[in-house]
Amino acid sequence: MMLPRLSPTWSFLSGVLLLIATATSRADVPILTVYTYSSFASEWGPGPLIEPAYEAHCGCDLKFVALEDGAALLGRLKLEGARTSADVILGLDTSLTMEAMDTGLLMPHDIDLKTIAFATPWNDPVFLPFDLGYFGFVYDSESVGTPPASLKELVDNPDSPPIIIQDPRTSTPGLGLLLWMRSVFGDEEMAAWARLSPRIVTVTKGWSEAYGLFLEGEAPMVLSYTTSPAYHRHVEQTDRFKVAMFDEGHYQQVEVAARVTTSTQPERAQDFLRFMLSDVVQQLLPTTNWMLPAVRTNQALPEAFLEAELPARILSFTPDDVKTNRKEWIKRWLAAVER
Amino acid sequence: MASRGRTVKARSAQTGVWALLPGALSLAVLLTLMGGALAAIFSVAPPIRPVAILQDPYIGKVVRFTLWQAILSTTLSVGLALPVARALARRDQFPGRRLLVTFLGLPVVMPVIVAVLGLVAVYGKSGLINTWVAYLGGETALSLYGLTGILMAHVFFNLPLAVRLLLPAWQTIPEESWKLASSLGLSSRLLVRFIEWPAISPFLPGVCLIVFLLCFTSFAVVLTLGGGPASTTIEVAIYQSLRYDFDPAQAAMLALIQFTLCTSIALVLVKWIPLLAHSSGRRIDARHRPDLKNPIGRTLDISLILTTACFLFIPVLAVFIQGIRGPITSVISNPDLWWAVLRSLLIALGATGTACGLALGLALSARFLRFSLRMPRASEMLILMGSLSLAIPAMIIGTGLFIVLLQAGALDRGTLLVICAVNALMILPYLIRSIAPTLMRSSQQYDRLCAQLGLRGWSRFRVVDWPAIRRPIGFSLGIGGALSFGDMGVAALFDTQGDTTLPVLLFHQMGAYRFDEASVTAVILMLLSVSLFWLIDRSVGR
Repeated sequence: MMLPRLSPTWSFLSGVLLLIATATSRADVPILTVYTYSSFASEWGPGPLIEPAYEAHCGCDLKFVALEDGAALLGRLKLEGARTSADVILGLDTSLTMEAMDTGLLMPHDIDLKTIAFATPWNDPVFLPFDLGYFGFVYDSESVGTPPASLKELVDNPDSPPIIIQDPRTSTPGLGLLLWMRSVFGDEEMAAWARLSPRIVTVTKGWSEAYGLFLEGEAPMVLSYTTSPAYHRHVEQTDRFKVAMFDEGHYQQVEVAARVTTSTQPERAQDFLRFMLSDVVQQLLPTTNWMLPAVRTNQALPEAFLEAELPARILSFTPDDVKTNRKEWIKRWLAAVER
Repeated sequence: MASRGRTVKARSAQTGVWALLPGALSLAVLLTLMGGALAAIFSVAPPIRPVAILQDPYIGKVVRFTLWQAILSTTLSVGLALPVARALARRDQFPGRRLLVTFLGLPVVMPVIVAVLGLVAVYGKSGLINTWVAYLGGETALSLYGLTGILMAHVFFNLPLAVRLLLPAWQTIPEESWKLASSLGLSSRLLVRFIEWPAISPFLPGVCLIVFLLCFTSFAVVLTLGGGPASTTIEVAIYQSLRYDFDPAQAAMLALIQFTLCTSIALVLVKWIPLLAHSSGRRIDARHRPDLKNPIGRTLDISLILTTACFLFIPVLAVFIQGIRGPITSVISNPDLWWAVLRSLLIALGATGTACGLALGLALSARFLRFSLRMPRASEMLILMGSLSLAIPAMIIGTGLFIVLLQAGALDRGTLLVICAVNALMILPYLIRSIAPTLMRSSQQYDRLCAQLGLRGWSRFRVVDWPAIRRPIGFSLGIGGALSFGDMGVAALFDTQGDTTLPVLLFHQMGAYRFDEASVTAVILMLLSVSLFWLIDRSVGR
């Protein structure tokens, strides 16, 4: 590669950079590279706990490459194509899996699904679920007495609390609500959005903005996950934040992992996928990723996770449905809520 | 005289090629980075027809809204910044002024989400104002969401920036002008007309352009405070097509449309750039202003400065207080935080260094074009090129350069360099807009003298130009350093080793529900940004 002549300052800087780069990589141990999203690999996520556990198990170096979110992860995979250094991708959700299949970069997991007690019915030959969650409206019990008991009530009762939601064009929960509304109201969803619209305080780019505004008291209710209150109970020991459980059921988000075809170590990749489904990992996911295990384990959920916060009914579209209709449904959403 | 003029010109023409070289180099780097990034994206996905995109009613609507809010925000921000800057220029002695001016740099370096939370803490539903009013038994109609919120946030970010970019204009007014005005007994109104406006007007289009570009490309603020999808800017559409539609070609095409729009607007602004004022001087010195003692003016200035300070610093203070009440020890005892600080610092230094080189190259050659070759339009165009890099989203340039690195197989080695380069492009406009006018003025004043003394090339730069430009350079490098220190967009694209920068760490904390920790990190980020600004400004600008 042709390099421009570097000035002393630049040589010094790149020297420092090289030092940093080399100091962090270990030699002579096979490296398993896993692409994931940043909050999975961050200090507070499950990544730092999974890494040593798996490295002890396999005698290899597990390397997480953290992208901003699931969509960024897939975007990276698409850009890299066959050049990707990923052995495993971890953290797409089921609204992205069809899109991911189209890359032709993913291979079957070759794991006998019958041997695993999945918490949700599963028969995909390529993707394996490692955790799951349900979208839900979290409310501040100090300002909301009785939350709406159903999505219909939230939409139709003009006195139900104002909400903050995320944009389906730029965020996963935002798309989740779109699909949730669609599964409850069907073709009438545009009218439902129009009725809900006056009580939408604002629509944010992503989850962090929305939840931050909610905690600042900008709205008494926010679109998040049914497991969010468990975080507040477990870490902050407060009961203040609760989730409104809806009669129609809650839209499900399943997070999946898959092997990459270009990997030179497909067996180790498969071994890692199995490890993700093991009790060790499954039991640490609730209090690190704040999602529910995708596999039934022999241990009960931590105390902070309440039985009452598990939806009685589960709503979801097939990945194929989502892929075919997403653009059209977003268009309809735009038309219904633009004021 | 005539013959001397001719000699000067002949000599200039001889050195012509060399004097154009720095600008040509800078321009080449700029065009390679921006064009290369776009070309790289189109190379992986065939381009689609721009006409088809423009005919899409969704995109048309988005473009109209983007333009509309950007024009409003710019008018408001710069319009309000003018009297505030004037008040600050006129009252150059009051205690705490220096601190105030330094802190004016805070809002622009605050991560968007932190600034939004700060604004909300004051003007939001449960914010200070609404709480007080409710306590007094009243009720406000104050709602942050909608156009009000967008404008408020944009003024919050850009008014202080505009004030700081405009303040140096008053420094160009020589003491003699004030003395003369005093002896003529000119009123405040006439001072504006005959002394201040001619000094400010060369700065104004450049400042307007930067603020306009910032508002035009604003994304999260507009979406969050706009209240809904009706408030969508082109950047949202770009993000959407790159991130969720997996359509890089459409994203790059939208970026190109954005660039074209911004360029056309910049060209219109350039037409208004007047000839340079005949003035010099390096230090604000308002002592000889005849209107200093006027009680009405004094009251007006003080209340203007106070109002601005309150509007800007109460939200900042809210962020500080929240941070100070947070889990400070657990945040600062985390080694990852300090690694992130180091990484952010490296990026900031690399980016400012690169941007400084690019800006100096452009400005030096632009000056040569203007004064030696008498090609003022070409000169303006060159400077304009340096101002427009803000119009292509960092995300697009970053993605494009990522593809280049990938195809060159240099992903491991090149990542930090690319982050620096993209950040350099993002801060270049600030630098060029403050360096170019000063350099031009120095030329206007000293060209003849230098020619007589035979001062040329490096020795001329060192003896004549550097002392004249080091203050604006120090100042804009300071802004640039602070900005790239706080950059989130570019670094987040490349997180290959799990290596975080400080803003990315803050984002991770929020993503993990750790809003308390995040508020501490936000304060650290702000303090370090402002210290970095202060350090660079002091060490270079003195």
